[in-house]
Amino acid sequence: MSDTTDSGPMLAADGTPLKRSLARALRRQKIRALMLVAPLLLFVILTFIMPIASMLMRSVDNEMVGEILPQTVVEIQNWDANSGELPDEAVYAAFAADLVQAVKNKEHTKLGSRLNYEQTGLSSMFRQSGRKVKNWDPVTDGPFKEKLIKAHKGWGEIETWAAIKTHSSKYTSGYFLNAIDMQKTPQGIAAQPEDKQILITLFIRTLKMSLIITGCCILLAYPVAWILANLPARSANLLMILVLLPFWTSLLVRTSAWKVMLQQQGVINEVLVWLGIVADDNRLEIINNQFGTIVAMTHILLPFMILPMYSVMQTIQPTYLRAAKSLGATNWTAFWRVYFPQSIPGIGAGSILVFILAIGYYITPEIVGGTDGVFISNRIAYHISKSLNWGLAAALGAILLAVVLVLYWAYDKIVGIDNVKLG
Amino acid sequence: MAKDTAGNAFVKFDRVQKSYDGETLVVKDLNLEMPKGEFLTMLGPSGSGKTTCLMMLAGFETATHGDILLDGVSINNIPPHKRGIGMVFQNYALFPHMTIAENLAFPLEVRKIGKSDREQKVKHALEMVEMGAFGGRRPAQLSGGQQQRVALARALVFEPELVLMDEPLGALDKQLREKMQFEITDLAHRLGITVVYVTHDQTEALTMSDRVAVFNDGRIQQLAPPDQLYEQPENSFVAQFIGENNTMEGVVKEIKNGVAVVQLDGGELIDCTPVNVSKPGERTRVSIRPERVEYNKARLQEGAHTLKATVREFIYMGDIFRTRLSVAGNDDFIIKTRNAPDQDRLQPGQEIEIGWLTADCRALDA
Ligand SMILES: Nc1ncnc2c1ncn2[C@@H]1O[C@H](COP(=O)(O)OP(=O)(O)OP(=O)(O)O)[C@@H](O)[C@H]1O
Ligand SMILES: [Mg+2]
Repeated sequence: MSDTTDSGPMLAADGTPLKRSLARALRRQKIRALMLVAPLLLFVILTFIMPIASMLMRSVDNEMVGEILPQTVVEIQNWDANSGELPDEAVYAAFAADLVQAVKNKEHTKLGSRLNYEQTGLSSMFRQSGRKVKNWDPVTDGPFKEKLIKAHKGWGEIETWAAIKTHSSKYTSGYFLNAIDMQKTPQGIAAQPEDKQILITLFIRTLKMSLIITGCCILLAYPVAWILANLPARSANLLMILVLLPFWTSLLVRTSAWKVMLQQQGVINEVLVWLGIVADDNRLEIINNQFGTIVAMTHILLPFMILPMYSVMQTIQPTYLRAAKSLGATNWTAFWRVYFPQSIPGIGAGSILVFILAIGYYITPEIVGGTDGVFISNRIAYHISKSLNWGLAAALGAILLAVVLVLYWAYDKIVGIDNVKLG
Repeated sequence: MAKDTAGNAFVKFDRVQKSYDGETLVVKDLNLEMPKGEFLTMLGPSGSGKTTCLMMLAGFETATHGDILLDGVSINNIPPHKRGIGMVFQNYALFPHMTIAENLAFPLEVRKIGKSDREQKVKHALEMVEMGAFGGRRPAQLSGGQQQRVALARALVFEPELVLMDEPLGALDKQLREKMQFEITDLAHRLGITVVYVTHDQTEALTMSDRVAVFNDGRIQQLAPPDQLYEQPENSFVAQFIGENNTMEGVVKEIKNGVAVVQLDGGELIDCTPVNVSKPGERTRVSIRPERVEYNKARLQEGAHTLKATVREFIYMGDIFRTRLSVAGNDDFIIKTRNAPDQDRLQPGQEIEIGWLTADCRALDA
């Protein structure tokens, strides 16, 4: 009944559909915006996203076994690890061929230490056998089963071959299992032996201590932020410089300063002994344990709590408190019912910041944490620089990242990220 | 509890002074008495100390000197939350994290009033300001006028006897403002509450109040009902500040029978009511309202002095005519006449003679 020409798409002045000309106009804007951020984007991709991605890949990557023992991993598929018998000659022959090649390429020790993560002893087996098989000819010198077992009696054990078979696939969940104190065995997934189970404990300790540190930061930062927000501008600026002062000294210096303060012959203990509060032979142990880590890290992370709190509190007008009091609220009720709820976004922002920083902290626990005050990141650092088990380090890092993301997501669900103000 | 025996003042400022910095007095010697049920407006230019007075009454500032009495009891040492004074803030100060109903329930909760009673009162207060349907919303979801009404309801819900309002309509547009002015006075009279209202809009002050206190320079310049304030200003500040006003300067020649003869600086003589002058020879500023100037010979008082005037400009404003004259060397002398059928329109250049009732022409301080 109404005008039918109106039912088609809207047309721009030149006759093209309005949507398309709008899209064209917007595209130019988008391209310009993209060009502006391109340098940074490129920089971030190259220096941040790619390294992280490749690091994370290492947590499941298991190409080494397949690459160094290409024929073995094919042959060993025909062997049933639970049969109770050793693999047949074909597997040994393939392995001998691979090993000779690996020795030539000087790769057998690398493989040895990789497999050693799964089963101790394999590293030295590869090293010793490597010396012996150096001059074998894989084509003419067979059969190899006896020869290999003679070279090292480990090759006559089913567990050895089972380990090789379990870890012969291209990708592995082994590192992640290790990261949560489990391991992959030919019989399936099982718990690590008791004496190797430390990572879960470390994770829990990291989370617990980060929570405590965050809580301490909230308690200490809230009054400071409140004073900052309520002082006249000039005194507030002065106080702000004091808050920011720690940023101008090196983290290492600050942490070491805590060492000076807290150690048994340190400032605090000396003063306590001098005052007679603590006996000379019974000095407080307040460093190289969890207490030391908590104290030092609370101090170091405090500005990250104060700043977001301050920026939120600055926007809360003093008239709200006056209004509450005029309505009959005592100072405390006015604060608790009116001021505090409005300052929660600041607490939230500060807590996220401090918690995420704390959970991945490394230097401070390393220096003042002793053995029971270290974090999971200290373990990661150990696997990266000492044990060189990068796969496990990567798996631990990935789990840490996942924990942070989950917490962030939960926070968004509960408080709402939009409520977070960082400045 | 020392009851004030002198008079029945509900609110009393007794020689109150206030200084913020210890160098200048923001409020100098304030004396004010208000009976119960009065709607009193503090009017004055910016920085004249109105908010400061209100804050002292509410308890957010302490008086540097003097006493503030509420119902005969000095409240200088009573903390704000125990004064039981309702307050509407200029920016409303509705708590953003609470709904409207929660905002209203707040003063009842802190008074430990039971839940069902509370809900009853909140509902009643919201209906009173015609906001019954908005209880579940947040302040940010309301318009300025609606927020204003909620702020009013919140200040009234715990049934205070005294309510303070600091420029509550400052942020509203003209139309809404006029509507709210009416609603506030209506509500105040219906509930019989005592109101101290602060504004720097003189129309608002004149239309709403029982009495207006004109503030300037930390002092009350005049405290009077609106008509008296407008028609009988007591000094030249009030005359200038309230409404439109013509002033001329001169020297008192003589004072006789309640009439002062003033010689203007140009030599002309006029008759005035002496207000701030007492003896011949004093300098004075003479004030006369534009609508009280008469140029129709038939209506001029017999024997009174008149002045010669030249019409400069005639402005048609619909309900009134506004004519600018040159009088005694003053080119900005305004007269206003009603647009009535028998009113003639003056032409620029026309020579006329003007005069007024002696009572309307007031000789004030120079
Ligand atoms: N907290 C304060 N500290 C110092 N001086 C102040 C403070 N509050 C107000 N003053 C000063 O006191 C004087 C009176 O201020 P007040 O707020 O009472 O004025 P007002 O009459 O309410 O003005 P307005 O109409 O602009 O609101 C002003 O000169 C102001 O600068
Ligand atoms: Mg003010």
